[in-house]
Amino acid sequence: MKRINFTKEHFVKYVLTIFALSSLLFLFLIFIFILFEGLPLFHKIGLKNIIFGFKWAPTKGSFGIFPMIVSSFLVTLGALFVGAPMGLSCAIYLSEYSGKKMKMFLKPALELLAGIPSVVYGFLGVVYIVPFVRNYFGGAGFSLLSTSIILGVMILPTIISISFDAITSVPKTYREGSFAMGATKWQTIYKVVIPSAKSGILASFILGMGRAIGETMAVIMVAGNALKIPTSILDPLRTLTSNIALELAYATGDHRLGLFSTGVVLLVIIMILNYIANFGIKKKVIR
Amino acid sequence: MPKMISFILSLSIVLLLSCDDNNARVSHGKKHIIIIAGSTSVMPFIEKLSEHFMVDRPGFRVNVQGGGSTAGIQACFNKTIEIGMSSRQLKQEEKVLNDIIICYDGISVVVHPKNPIRELTLEQIRGVFNGQIKNWRELGWIDRKIDAITREEGSGTRGSFEDLIMKNEEINDGIMVQDSNGSVKEIVATDPYAIAYISLGLVDNRVRALSIDGVSANLENIKTKKYKIVRPFLFITNGKPNEITQTFIDYVLSIDGQNILKKEGLVGIK
Repeated sequence: MKRINFTKEHFVKYVLTIFALSSLLFLFLIFIFILFEGLPLFHKIGLKNIIFGFKWAPTKGSFGIFPMIVSSFLVTLGALFVGAPMGLSCAIYLSEYSGKKMKMFLKPALELLAGIPSVVYGFLGVVYIVPFVRNYFGGAGFSLLSTSIILGVMILPTIISISFDAITSVPKTYREGSFAMGATKWQTIYKVVIPSAKSGILASFILGMGRAIGETMAVIMVAGNALKIPTSILDPLRTLTSNIALELAYATGDHRLGLFSTGVVLLVIIMILNYIANFGIKKKVIR
Repeated sequence: MPKMISFILSLSIVLLLSCDDNNARVSHGKKHIIIIAGSTSVMPFIEKLSEHFMVDRPGFRVNVQGGGSTAGIQACFNKTIEIGMSSRQLKQEEKVLNDIIICYDGISVVVHPKNPIRELTLEQIRGVFNGQIKNWRELGWIDRKIDAITREEGSGTRGSFEDLIMKNEEINDGIMVQDSNGSVKEIVATDPYAIAYISLGLVDNRVRALSIDGVSANLENIKTKKYKIVRPFLFITNGKPNEITQTFIDYVLSIDGQNILKKEGLVGIK
């Protein structure tokens, strides 16, 4: 009896190990595949001409994606501008102010917000936000502003859940110490809790950025996808992700390779962001 | 309970797998299946045709998919589909495939129905899309920025538009890009200051087609060759099509098929 259990235990362990490693394998395969398809063009056209090139006309031999890199960062910052204050306030409210009942109501609602497919966000953006921007601010409505609003809402769940964890993991003794010194609740939050949770909150912003920069469907639908670097928040723009999704269906030859090169650049940016976020989280855990 | 869940899961997976097309082919062994894929401009018309085709011939099943002209041609190369649809001419390296012109389609320049402008010259349209004309006032309307929309690089409609209207000039980078006729039309139908180009067959009362150089965009003018912005819709096959595929092609080229295409706003080959 004991022996059967023993082998069963081992069997389960090995199966789980294999599945765990397979996720690593997938990551590895994706890396190899994207680099394999994307790098030849860097060799042919030149890194500088791709990353700092201003002209994207792949059927005519120009593969500059600089405007898209800039646009990707612009929508990401725009999203942070909209989402970060809202998300952080919500996290503070959840961890410090809300009662148990309110929390029971808010947390599932936030999880639901995270589960809404991005095409739904995009659709709402096209139907409501784009005409709103067009009528009240001017321009075509398909713009940096509309995209920032949509993405700002989309990154809320990421920001809220991670900064909520960071804030609740601040030891209770810190708060008690602060109260003992005669500080009010807001003073405690503002001067003690938030500074202690700083690295976790920053990590939540950076992971939110990662989510925003990788978002595709909603962005295609509301960004307008023009190739120029926008000069105002009412101008249309095209991000790295939407460039790939827009043109993949019709692309052949070098054009297709150009889209994979876009993917390589995107991968590198997301890796850097994730690295920074992990670094921030680790620092918090060690302390 | 977990056993129950895993049972349901595996059952649903089995069900899902059995929905696969290949299995369907086996289970409907008597049906002849034709798979068609390619240009999203051609697709809606071929879907209509295939419906009519299947009503009269219950032994056939025609499966129409999108993907884009280039994807359709690619799939034809790989022989994964019987017929590819293209809204652009074959390129030099694609010439090993057969192409059959099934009909002609006009490309119309469209604006919102509220827009009072009825007519533009070829020169003006070129100016709008190469970025020289940015304001509606320059075209004789109010002082408001023009919201021009183009298709994405590589699209068949864009390729034809560049050849027929832009000639050697490039479409400006500041112009918005959408990836299907449908979303272009949707924007023009909702934005009063928009201008774009779509397939003439897709123009309805939600958008208004402009006259170009005094010639209005309609079937009559395409037939008499007055309206010049016209491109062919192609069927692409790899080698000689088999009997079943040929039946469908013959139907599309027959008087019945051509009449349906004409009713949908396209111009027949005869």
